[in-house]
Amino acid sequence: MKEAKVVVNNKVGLHARPAALFVQTASKFKSEINVSCHDPKEDKLRTANAKSILGILTLGVFQGIEITIKADGEDEADAASTLADLVKNNFGEEA
Amino acid sequence: MKKLNGVAASRGICIGPAFQFLRTELNTEKKEISDPEAEITRLDAAIQTAKDQIQSIYEKALTESSEADAEIFQAHKMILDDPELITTIKSRIQNEKINCEFSVYETAKQFAATMAAMEDEYFAARAADIMDVANRLLRVLMNVADSPTAGLKEPSIILADDLTPSDTVLLDKSKVMGFCIAHGSATSHTAILARGLGLPAVAGVGIDVMDVLTGDMLIVDGTNGVAVIEPDADTENQYRKRMETSKSIQAEALKFAKDKAATTDGVELEIVSNIGNVEDAKFAVENGAEGVGLLRTEFLYLERNALPTEEEQYQAYKAILEVFGKHPVVLRTLDVGGDKEIPYLNLDKEMNPFLGERALRLCLNRPDIFKPQLRAALRAGVGHNLKIMFPMVATLCCVRSAMVVVNECKAEMKKEGIPFADDAEIGIMVEIPSAAVIADQLAKEVDFFSIGTNDLSQYTMAADRTNPKVAELSNAFQPAVLRLIKMVIDAAHAEHKWVGMCGELAGEPLAAPILVGLGLDEFSMSPPFIPLVKQIIRNLDAEEMIDLAKGALQLESPDDVKDFVKKEVPFINEVIS
Repeated sequence: MKEAKVVVNNKVGLHARPAALFVQTASKFKSEINVSCHDPKEDKLRTANAKSILGILTLGVFQGIEITIKADGEDEADAASTLADLVKNNFGEEA
Repeated sequence: MKKLNGVAASRGICIGPAFQFLRTELNTEKKEISDPEAEITRLDAAIQTAKDQIQSIYEKALTESSEADAEIFQAHKMILDDPELITTIKSRIQNEKINCEFSVYETAKQFAATMAAMEDEYFAARAADIMDVANRLLRVLMNVADSPTAGLKEPSIILADDLTPSDTVLLDKSKVMGFCIAHGSATSHTAILARGLGLPAVAGVGIDVMDVLTGDMLIVDGTNGVAVIEPDADTENQYRKRMETSKSIQAEALKFAKDKAATTDGVELEIVSNIGNVEDAKFAVENGAEGVGLLRTEFLYLERNALPTEEEQYQAYKAILEVFGKHPVVLRTLDVGGDKEIPYLNLDKEMNPFLGERALRLCLNRPDIFKPQLRAALRAGVGHNLKIMFPMVATLCCVRSAMVVVNECKAEMKKEGIPFADDAEIGIMVEIPSAAVIADQLAKEVDFFSIGTNDLSQYTMAADRTNPKVAELSNAFQPAVLRLIKMVIDAAHAEHKWVGMCGELAGEPLAAPILVGLGLDEFSMSPPFIPLVKQIIRNLDAEEMIDLAKGALQLESPDDVKDFVKKEVPFINEVIS
């Protein structure tokens, strides 16, 4: 299993277009991928399937929140680093 | 016969059969099944069909509508691809041995509820998307026609609660005579669509859509906000007569559309058009526009990923100016704020975008937006009659700051040796009450005013014109608004400056006598209104209208004002049907 921690810095967080792009990218990999983040309101860790747009949206990741991407499967290293880069590059938008 | 009162949502009368726009109640009753595998195969096939349908709607929306509208359907496709949603639906079929329909409905409802509970407009919209997709899947599973409009075979009046964007894409517009909307307001999605198509519409008639059947005779009077169901012969004849009169008046007016609008005592007024792109420009000329009183430039900025370049803007403005040759074209600089979705501008979300950093306020803070637009406009103006106008002016200071930027642009171009229209008139929109109050001071600074009555009314009355509960307050016939208009015109004339009007009031037949009486110089309106307003002006005596306007300003309500005009200028009753 491969793991990557990354802070979401783009303006809208994991919503709208960036969320769609994230899910589309994750769906290209064979590995099982999930995303988790700490929910400050309820003080607990929440996890969603990275290939599910509804899952990612309900995770409610806004600007400035750190997420953990976990990939498990034959292409896990590639999957984790590709998704982490996508977030680091602010989904190709201006921050 | 049943006569219903509602809101006048789009002018005109139509008579025809109703088309009941009804979403079929989908039966999602729970049923026990014995073969979950067969049920899942049925589900997979339905998902594929639904995806194909969405793809073709997406393509239709791309060609007929905008990319932003089309994107909704891309999001719908992603929902159908969602492993969480689909796996949950399937495992419920498997584990609980229940039918597809029930599982789809229950699961989607549960996901939508989670979204809706996040108390955010964005998620609420996604919740609606999930249910929209689930309903499509259910229609496929139950073999129900894809669109409620599929049965629309002959020209009809659409009778609906309200239409969603996805409904309007699918609507065959050539078969729509008008709209009767049970709920909604003059600003609902359907009302806006109707005005864009120039079709009559009445909203908020408060009927149960189920009470009227497809094929029932219906009259929609969008001018007065009345709907008549199954009219008796007398009523139908009356409306037919009104419709014919209005048609022949329109046709008659159109014949003379290109003639000048001069009053019986020889006062010549300038009738120009509000346009938003080069197609509008051609339509405006056909309807007799003698120029442009408001060129909205937002079209260059919407639905794209980066600011338009100076060159791109220059080409676009040039194309429009060329349609009008030596006739005046008033270009309004960018008028956007926090309410418009222009992601690349990175505008902050504001609590009150209409009272926020919008229009000129934004441009003054963003020379990267303002300067290329001013340069492009001034360059395109060479050899034409270009005028530049700033929206949302509240103080003397903001006009002066804007003039500084104009002069900077001119100095730069001079240095660079680029030709530009040095003598282009510079004016402002008067749409904020403060600007109307200090119009005497502003008139010294600029070459002209154009009164934006839509915003002037809503800011003066402190009533949001998109909120149906208070929209009636924000009416330009309010005596308070009319008095401000008089102040603005008088202040400009004292400085020998001209005054135009580019709000909806300028195209309103009942307002024409008052505006002529107040001395308005230029009337700018949507192209279809031009022939009629010209025709009305040709039948007015400007001298007499001065007294009429004085009288109107002493009245107590918009209705009093309208009744007064109808009484004093009786011929107008025949043209406004």
